[in-house]
Amino acid sequence: MSEPTAVSQPAQEFEKVLSDSSRQLASFDTDDKTAIQKLQHFLHSHPAGVPLIVLLLSIIIFGSILGTKFFSAFSLTLILQQVAITGIVGAAQTLVILTAGIDLSVGAIMVLSSVVMGQFVFRLGMPVEIAILCGFGVGALCGFVNGWLVARMKLPPFIVTLGMWQIVLASNFLYSANETIRAQDISTTAPLLQIFGANIRIGNAVFTYGVIAMVLLSIGLWYVLNKTAWGRHVYAVGDDPDAAELAGVNVKKMLMSVYVLSGLICALAGWALIGRIGSVSPTAGQFANIESITAVVIGGISLFGGRGSIMGMLFGALIVGVFQLGLRLIGTDPQWTYLLIGVLIIAAVAIDQWIRKVAG
Amino acid sequence: MASEPILTARGIVKRYGRVTALDNADFDLHKGEILAVIGDNGAGKSSLIKAISGAIRPDEGEIRLDGEVVNFRSPIEARKAGIETVYQNLALSPALSIADNMFLGREIRKSGPLGKVFRMLDHAAMEKIARDKLSELGLMTIQNINQAVETLSGGQRQGVAVARAAAFGSKLIILDEPTAALGVKESRRVLELILDVRSRGLPIVLISHNMPHVFEVADRIHIHRLGKRLCVINPKDYTMSDAVAFMTGAKTPPPEAMAA
Repeated sequence: MSEPTAVSQPAQEFEKVLSDSSRQLASFDTDDKTAIQKLQHFLHSHPAGVPLIVLLLSIIIFGSILGTKFFSAFSLTLILQQVAITGIVGAAQTLVILTAGIDLSVGAIMVLSSVVMGQFVFRLGMPVEIAILCGFGVGALCGFVNGWLVARMKLPPFIVTLGMWQIVLASNFLYSANETIRAQDISTTAPLLQIFGANIRIGNAVFTYGVIAMVLLSIGLWYVLNKTAWGRHVYAVGDDPDAAELAGVNVKKMLMSVYVLSGLICALAGWALIGRIGSVSPTAGQFANIESITAVVIGGISLFGGRGSIMGMLFGALIVGVFQLGLRLIGTDPQWTYLLIGVLIIAAVAIDQWIRKVAG
Repeated sequence: MASEPILTARGIVKRYGRVTALDNADFDLHKGEILAVIGDNGAGKSSLIKAISGAIRPDEGEIRLDGEVVNFRSPIEARKAGIETVYQNLALSPALSIADNMFLGREIRKSGPLGKVFRMLDHAAMEKIARDKLSELGLMTIQNINQAVETLSGGQRQGVAVARAAAFGSKLIILDEPTAALGVKESRRVLELILDVRSRGLPIVLISHNMPHVFEVADRIHIHRLGKRLCVINPKDYTMSDAVAFMTGAKTPPPEAMAA
């Protein structure tokens, strides 16, 4: 780093001494950090670290208690199948929460999309491919309404999506007339609807297409969030929308695109849901919104926006899955699962606050 | 400096409810000059600057850039027209890295199919440019260009914001209190940078309360008072106490300065 020559003739009297000033670069004390501080810095730059550690620990603990009953390819892939829907919805939730919003309507959008995909085939006699596209269209439309109300009308995301949750869920019951389409009917007329229930077996390991979709979606979104301008803008908007606007990000357009994409991902989850349960049921997936928020929070994504990794959400969903299966195999009252998940949620937010202090 | 103006504003009015922040304010920036804008707190300096940089839309009045009437609806449009601004709050995203912040809203994509189809960012190129720009400033004792901005000190953050504006401004650069958070040595570097930017032909608008800095680098000084331009003075003809007297209303400026 060369010193500019102008320093030799400073304009202000008190600046004359500057030419004698130390040329040494500021040195940062990197050695005498305690192990805890190092951990804090590591976690600050790797937000998916905590959930990954918790996930591995919980697998090891349940594995050592239950032995091969838990620690088998079949059981471990069963966990993946059980969290597939939560994971896909959680991906949509992650996008919204990264922009410092929250989406309570994800579960309702998912169910409405699946009902549209089913009923358009069975009631309107549409070709299944077109019906699926219509399902995605409905998901995108719901996301668009959310986005428009949040970005243009400046309403708080919590209120907008609380309202949309009720509106979409009610539309779902009104349109479907509370009718379930039976699994046998679907597999004879429109097997494409159940595609995500099909699976690939490798030994005892069972990977449904739904699981593969969840993993590919997470990897795809990880790429988009970290390697493209759009992804960097999602973080910037969640971090400080005013600063992002001044720095040249079109905040409104960004929010619209996030909510529409979230709606599309919910529609994908709706399709995967048909594969998971076999039938099209307007009462399925009642708790998808709460489960997705749980996965996001345990995954170390900050509810205040701008921080966290989508991989953390995936690990968070898997942690819940591991606890549910592990405790069921041990044979405890299922309420213990909910109690422990509650503890995990609070602990995750506490750790998030602690990691933020690294910036001091 | 009787050169042609690059940016002019005439009769700018901005009201916030019943408060009139700008009351028929005028503004002229000439090519290749450093124009300082000074004024008391609440005189309307910030509103004037925001109107030029697109952060607010004036209720009335006309702004011309290079003779063409411009009507910025957002800072993005002003930036596209070549006006870069360093805001007092710096407009940095704390959780993003230094390189990400410098290129926010104008990221460089990789060439070839990776960039076109997969929209992949060229992090290596952006980091290199960011590093070069920061070393040019000489402000940086930053070791890691990928560290989050929130882990930097106040002065380092200011350096990042100034470097971003200097790197991308093509018509003019607006600096709102660029030395307010800096130490003596860092302030000196920023002032040198300002002179360096002018020597490249870019005009600069400098808002500052630091009179020694203003009198040292400015070619002309725009004194703002009660929502309008009171006068424009040449720092060689007046002392700092004259300027302070004009801006606080203790003295009335001479008519030839008022006409300017």
